[in-house]
Amino acid sequence: MNLTEEQIERYSRQILLPNVGGKGQEKLLNAKVLIIGAGGLGSPCALYLASAGIGKIGIVDFDNVELNNLQRQVLHSTKDVGTPKVESAKKTLKSINPDLQLITYNLRLTSENISEVIKDYDIIVDGSDNFPTRYLVNDACVLSAKPLSHGGIFRFDGQAITIIPGESACYRCLFPEPPPPGLVPSCQEAGILGAVAGIIGTIQANEVLKYILEIGNLLTGKLLVFNALDSSFRQVKVPKDPKCPICGENPTVTKLIDYEQFCNIS
Amino acid sequence: MAINVRVPAPLRKLTKNQAEIQANGTNIKELIEDLEKNFPGIKERICDETGKVRKFINIYVNEEDVRFLQQDETSLKDGDEVSIIPAIAGG
Repeated sequence: MNLTEEQIERYSRQILLPNVGGKGQEKLLNAKVLIIGAGGLGSPCALYLASAGIGKIGIVDFDNVELNNLQRQVLHSTKDVGTPKVESAKKTLKSINPDLQLITYNLRLTSENISEVIKDYDIIVDGSDNFPTRYLVNDACVLSAKPLSHGGIFRFDGQAITIIPGESACYRCLFPEPPPPGLVPSCQEAGILGAVAGIIGTIQANEVLKYILEIGNLLTGKLLVFNALDSSFRQVKVPKDPKCPICGENPTVTKLIDYEQFCNIS
Repeated sequence: MAINVRVPAPLRKLTKNQAEIQANGTNIKELIEDLEKNFPGIKERICDETGKVRKFINIYVNEEDVRFLQQDETSLKDGDEVSIIPAIAGG
């Protein structure tokens, strides 16, 4: 693969980087990334990945754009309200980078369809907004041996971890089971500061770029914890758990589970 | 025995919105009892009916998850920082 003049110009500021170069840019152009959720996390992540020249991006979301999304979901604009998020995302991303191959999945992920959706991608980004999807995505990635960048946000807090199945801890090594309905506020009504989504989603984009470029150290085996009010970033250790229900020595989760969708504020 | 405890957003209603509180205890179990004394209701948010830390909440002493140390028997010393970190799902 040879970079065109236009590509060399477009990506010059990252081709200049000693760890990237033309070779790195080619890796990005050949990479396939799936982003689950075109919301608060998926928006900034997709913008940076499309801009960086990722060759193929898949976006999964079954929602339409709502006015109350625009405070943080920077892929979408006022005129997109009422249209499918994946279409709005496609329009925005293609206008930034016409070379991008963008695949839209206007569907809800389930145990039935997720393996097929993630199959063709090099790495998966979880920017979903609920526990059932997060556990489904983790389990599908572990069972299919797909790298996963996980990010979560709540009010002024954010978390991120990168999972390389078989090598590093998975989300169930960190939190073995989702909370039962009613114990944890998990939906958008709990509130979120838009910039928190921007910070964590951008960290996820950064993880994807490092993974594809094979540079630096991934957030594997550790959880990044961000608090916006005191601008603190901290890391805690996340060892691989031999008792993990899906990637441990005697797994109890051997097939994908559709947890009940719930939304309770306590 | 002053232990600095970092409280996650979902529990801050119980700590009068304080993100960091001081508590006492020579191990995690004692620390949770001390928290409950000062912030009634916090224990049942952290622990299930049997008194075990819930599976979607982790407790860290400094950077280490107590599940991989001695669980709630993990000992604490003056100046340790304990973080309570729940799973969060927003996106």
